Amino acid sequence: MKAKIKALLHTLRPDLPEGEGLDLIADGLLDSFDIIHLVEELDSQFGIAIKGTDITPENFRDLNTLTALVNRYTGSAR
Amino acid sequence: MSPTCAYLRPRMKKSVIDHFAATVRRHPDKPAVIEGERVIGFAELEQQACTIAAALCRRTNAGPDTQVFAFYLPKSIAGVAGNIACSLAGDAYMNLDVKSPEERLRAVIENVRPALLVTDARHVAVAMRIAQNCEVVLVEDLLREIETSLPSPVDNARADLIDTDLYCLINTSGSTGVPKSVALNHRSFLDFMDWTEAEFASGSFDRVGSLSPAIFDIYSFELCLLLMHGSTLVLIPDSLAPFPVRILELLERHEVSFIFWVPSIMVNMANLGLLEGARLDTLQLCWFAGEVFPTQPFKKWQQALPHTEFVNLYGPIEITLDCTFYRIQRTLRDDEPIPIGRACDNTGILLLNEANQRCAPGEEGELCVRGSSLALGYYRQWEKTREAFVQNPLNDRYPELIYRTGDIAYLNQAGEIIYKGRKDSLIKHLGYRIELSEIEHLLINKLRAVKNCCAVYDTTAREIVLFFEPLADLDERTIRTRLAQEVPKYMLPTRYHAQSTLPLNSNGKIDRQQLKLGLMPSSN
Repeated sequence: MKAKIKALLHTLRPDLPEGEGLDLIADGLLDSFDIIHLVEELDSQFGIAIKGTDITPENFRDLNTLTALVNRYTGSAR
Repeated sequence: MSPTCAYLRPRMKKSVIDHFAATVRRHPDKPAVIEGERVIGFAELEQQACTIAAALCRRTNAGPDTQVFAFYLPKSIAGVAGNIACSLAGDAYMNLDVKSPEERLRAVIENVRPALLVTDARHVAVAMRIAQNCEVVLVEDLLREIETSLPSPVDNARADLIDTDLYCLINTSGSTGVPKSVALNHRSFLDFMDWTEAEFASGSFDRVGSLSPAIFDIYSFELCLLLMHGSTLVLIPDSLAPFPVRILELLERHEVSFIFWVPSIMVNMANLGLLEGARLDTLQLCWFAGEVFPTQPFKKWQQALPHTEFVNLYGPIEITLDCTFYRIQRTLRDDEPIPIGRACDNTGILLLNEANQRCAPGEEGELCVRGSSLALGYYRQWEKTREAFVQNPLNDRYPELIYRTGDIAYLNQAGEIIYKGRKDSLIKHLGYRIELSEIEHLLINKLRAVKNCCAVYDTTAREIVLFFEPLADLDERTIRTRLAQEVPKYMLPTRYHAQSTLPLNSNGKIDRQQLKLGLMPSSN
């Protein structure tokens, strides 16, 4: 799951540095433009519908929090 | 009131900064700007602005010509104080986009030749690289120069200032790759403020939820609200921009009464279903401008906030702020575009058809603007200025300028102006104005990353699409990477289609229309 999301992120933003400990928000790596596209891609790829109230800095901070968010929606915890 | 009072009207203001001192005296401790957890009161803000103004005066030649001070700062209390300082010193400010590629900023500085570049410790490294021959100073240092000697250099700095003098520069996309710096004067802002005050209750503007980047004219208007109205500006931090739910929470926490946003963000919030749960009882007035607000998502705002008044405003950057407005006081059909309404008071709007005559009702024509709102021109770009600001074709008696917007519009049966579309390749994307031909020009001529290309805008998907004839092995990724060094992120195409040849129209030019019509649906 985490690997899939990582791949998705890098397709969206090929210029993103490698490394999982990346703080996507604090380091200003993702902006509103990216978040909108990212949510669309996540929704589409995993067949989910992320709620507006879940689009928060906490959930989008890094790869781990993103994975946890998607897992909550898909109901899986792999 | 005795009849003679009718003749006792307030002296006409000469500058935006004229009444700031009185505003401060009215409520010195009222919050002027809120930046995260930091709050600065009016008196303290004035103090900071005066300190910076004196420091700026000491460093530059106090001549009669209006100087331009460039600011390379994020939207912040320091930035607000710095902008106000320029006006106090009788000079003009130009805010630069901290997210813009260095190349682009260098081009702006090279053209404008500001007297100084003001930045902070966090941004000084980039500032030094873009500054070229311009001196760089830190706002932290300027703030430390507490005035001890009298008279202050600021006292006489505005002695020669008149209302037609330069107030600020706003940069916008230029078709040949160098951004155009639109020069706006004090008069035009005072004119717009006159209309604002006459049309709307002043209480509505008390607490502003400021989302606009400091490089937009909306921010300049919010600054006027602070200076002239005594409004509190609640700065919505950039870091929150991607998280609409947090923005709404901030509006609620600070009891925001007024917002002036671009539709993109509002559409997003509507589509994310965030409006139903939002508690925005204090929001009295909501203005939006900068792009078309699709009616369906707009109606969700109207339904969710029945006590808020919504106003659609329209105006190119070449006139200060906006020239038409429409107070939405009825239910629109889903398929009905929100009108851009009628001219703001003291603004002349002309709809001219191809024969340069006034359009009949229902007839489409180019929207032209005349009046005090017109920009002075493009800074140091005489030819472009002459092309854009032209003699009113209806006036053969004396010089009278109009600005031809390139927007096509018509009057509906109710006498409301309806926006139809553009004449050319200018688009609005996420509220930003983009010359698609600028992207093409850079790719073909400067970067030589493609043999030929055409950028079009997919309005449904809200994406910039690039059709291109590839050069050798330069692929999409390379093109994108190289372009990212030249233009801000919002100008990067997000869909790329390589073609062996691009279609041509009967004039031998790339058939933009055909490419637009054949836009493929976005696929994953």
